[in-house]
Amino acid sequence: MPHVNFAAQVVQMLAGALLLISFAMLAERRSRRLLILLVWQGVVLVTSTVLVAASAHLTHLYYSAALTLLLKVCVLPLILFRLMRKLGIERDNEPLVNVPTLMLVGLCLVIFAFGLAQPVSALATTVLRKTLGIAIAVILLSFLMILARRKAFTQVIGFLSLENGLFFAATTTTYGMPMVVELGMALDLLVAVFIFGIFFFHIREQFDSLDLDQLESLKED
Amino acid sequence: MHVVSSLTTTTPLAGLLILVASWFLIGALGLIQPNRIGWVARTLFPLGALVALGIAGVGAMSLVPGFTAQSSVLALGLPNMPFHVRLDTLSGFFLVLLGSAGAGISIFAAGYFRQGEGTAPGLLCLQYHVFLASMALVVLADDAYLFMVAWETMALSSYFLVVTQHRIPEIRRAGFLYLLMAHVGALGILLSFGVLQGGSWQMTFDAMRAAHLTPAWASAAFVLALFGFGAKAGLVPLHVWLPEAHPAAPSPVSAMMSGLMLKVGVYGLLRVSLDLLHVGPWWWGLLTLGLGLGTALYGAIFAAVQTDMKRLLAYSSIENIGLIFAGIGLALLCRSFDMRLLAALALAAALIHAFNHAFFKSLLFLVTGSVMHATGERSLGKLGGLIRYMPWVAALALIGSLAIAGLPPLNGFVSEWLLLQAFLQTPRIPHAFLNMIVPLGAALVALTVALAGYVMVKFYGVIFLGQPREQGLENAHDASWLERVGLSWLALGCVLIGVFPQVALDVVSRITRQLVGTSVQRGPSPWWMTPITSSQTSYSGLWLWVGLLLVIGVTFVLVRRIYHGRVRRTPPWDCGYPWQTPRMQDSSEGFGQPIRHLFGPVFRMQRELPHPSDPKPTYRVQVQEHFWHQLYLPLGRLVQRTAERVTILQGGRLSTYLLYSFMTLILLLVWVL
Repeated sequence: MPHVNFAAQVVQMLAGALLLISFAMLAERRSRRLLILLVWQGVVLVTSTVLVAASAHLTHLYYSAALTLLLKVCVLPLILFRLMRKLGIERDNEPLVNVPTLMLVGLCLVIFAFGLAQPVSALATTVLRKTLGIAIAVILLSFLMILARRKAFTQVIGFLSLENGLFFAATTTTYGMPMVVELGMALDLLVAVFIFGIFFFHIREQFDSLDLDQLESLKED
Repeated sequence: MHVVSSLTTTTPLAGLLILVASWFLIGALGLIQPNRIGWVARTLFPLGALVALGIAGVGAMSLVPGFTAQSSVLALGLPNMPFHVRLDTLSGFFLVLLGSAGAGISIFAAGYFRQGEGTAPGLLCLQYHVFLASMALVVLADDAYLFMVAWETMALSSYFLVVTQHRIPEIRRAGFLYLLMAHVGALGILLSFGVLQGGSWQMTFDAMRAAHLTPAWASAAFVLALFGFGAKAGLVPLHVWLPEAHPAAPSPVSAMMSGLMLKVGVYGLLRVSLDLLHVGPWWWGLLTLGLGLGTALYGAIFAAVQTDMKRLLAYSSIENIGLIFAGIGLALLCRSFDMRLLAALALAAALIHAFNHAFFKSLLFLVTGSVMHATGERSLGKLGGLIRYMPWVAALALIGSLAIAGLPPLNGFVSEWLLLQAFLQTPRIPHAFLNMIVPLGAALVALTVALAGYVMVKFYGVIFLGQPREQGLENAHDASWLERVGLSWLALGCVLIGVFPQVALDVVSRITRQLVGTSVQRGPSPWWMTPITSSQTSYSGLWLWVGLLLVIGVTFVLVRRIYHGRVRRTPPWDCGYPWQTPRMQDSSEGFGQPIRHLFGPVFRMQRELPHPSDPKPTYRVQVQEHFWHQLYLPLGRLVQRTAERVTILQGGRLSTYLLYSFMTLILLLVWVL
């Protein structure tokens, strides 16, 4: 077994945690718990970024960690939490496909993601290249979650989790993206959540529910 | 204007660009006070006419001997892909056409547009001048990029002009059809340019001239160009938009579309087939020739049975475009057999005919505009006797009608005579079958011209001669002075080219020298036009005029002297039927009847004949085209069905849509793996 330093080992452990949280999100039915899981995902992400920054001595990663902390752990969950309160959508929501099937599909996706990451991580230069598979798996699982949910609110959480996966892939394989790109993405995310919030109200006003199946009636025949 | 003129003396191209830009500016100025007719119509439109004259004048500089083509790269366009412009004899000629005919139309429009007819006048002014400027840019473009940008601007601005009265559903429908055909045609042109660049991926025309295409690819480029430019020019069977869109538009716009825009389509085909492409196989010429002759005859036959005066003129435009295309086809055919002189003759005929058509067709469309304003009618069946109430318009319309009918002292005769001369030389083509088939084209040209004469007798006779068919026609007023100036300008053009055809031939010979390498000499005498040899045929417009005037003068004097005082006025014989009304005059349907009978299978007719015992008998006949029912409607249904198949993908469920992107992502990733 090759020599891996302590920080890298912790990051790999955190990557495992990230994957676990993704699976938990896939199975979770309640919006409130889903939101809490998202916060946890953010916390893990921040921790791993700080660790990577410390082990690789990269100051710009500290900034992006701070940005993530501010945005993904504090601001966005807060906005979403208040939205949830206002809209009164704390009750259960059933996925389109039942949970065990979802888990099995997720498992296949993880295997696929690892297969996909193999040739890429062989080219990567960082010590943390093994985690790329996990990052891709998180992205695919988040996508699956968006796909399988009925409610607009849970889809937004899936979208944010997808973004987390992308961010994790960036930090672990190439020590983060240029600051400009990261700032731009952060701003996009913030704007997106605001727009989603507005849309929630509109959808609910129109259909008396946030259930996206109702949108089917918009189709022209 | 002083700055412009001092610049044009240095380089004509810079002057032209400034003039085109000032058209855009005039258009934009119309938005300042869009509803004030005094500002928009009486100030801006005359200014636009001045700019048009300037464009014609500067464009004419390219036609003086000793001119060499000028090109320049503009600081506009995309990064690494700037706009190229070039002024050579061909583009100069079409600029002269555009400017000189456009000036007359603009002056007329200054007196024509009124308050409260659909779109605000200021907006019309913008669209009108953008339309003019984009046509000039198409002609000036020296790369496919600027060409397509200007081409699409032209299509869009003219679309908005067509749907000026967008509250009427038929006009919206006509506009849509026009837009659709314009886009289908533009697709053909775009693909043609894509083939023409020949793998160099350079979009400049210089690169296309230098490209070496295999014969198959060159033919593909030619056929695509013929399709695209033919759709714009109105080549059968791509002409269906023309009889719908021309009547829908306000008359000055119809005049611009028919007189100018169709010529831009002709320009495009000339540019691609004679300049960008190298000499091709003979079937290119034969295809163009056949389509052109078919179009000419088809247009003439359909024009003869129309009852709406603007539709009649639209079909007549199709006929004239057909003659122009026949000339181009003959030029291509002769060029492929290296018969340079004959190619030059045919091309000269096509170019002069394009120029003539711009003048007389614009003139006639503007006349219909004046008639519509005066009477509110455009159906021939409700007009008549207008020569008494609108003498100016009637006199000028007579010149236009005689010119379009191809009668000798006027310009229409010149180009048709040249075309006929070219056809009569075709037995010399060194190909066993072509030298027998192609001369038959002369017969078709003659038939078409004769039918065109018939159409014009109907057009002029039903509108201006006889008795008024409706009550209110006595109140019709003549055109305003601005309208008269515009009409007179165009009529003057018809007369001048008719009197001095050898000058026109001289001018055109510079273009033929550039495109086919040689030119037709006008002959040894300055007063006679002798395109081939004096032993075969010659024509002098001036001497014919002198002769005609002499005959008329002598007759007039003789009648005055000898027959004076012996005039009696009596009612005509009424066939023993005393109660006659003006509605018993020969109607436009009546004029069309022999043609409907002779060419029956060509039409799709629906007739409603009255029952003998009907107290209020009505007769209705509707003539439609087979192309519409047998080509376009099935095509439309096919598109509809395909679209319905594709719509299944769009189920309306959000998760299905998400699944599409998810599966695409996975598939792409598998691909990478």
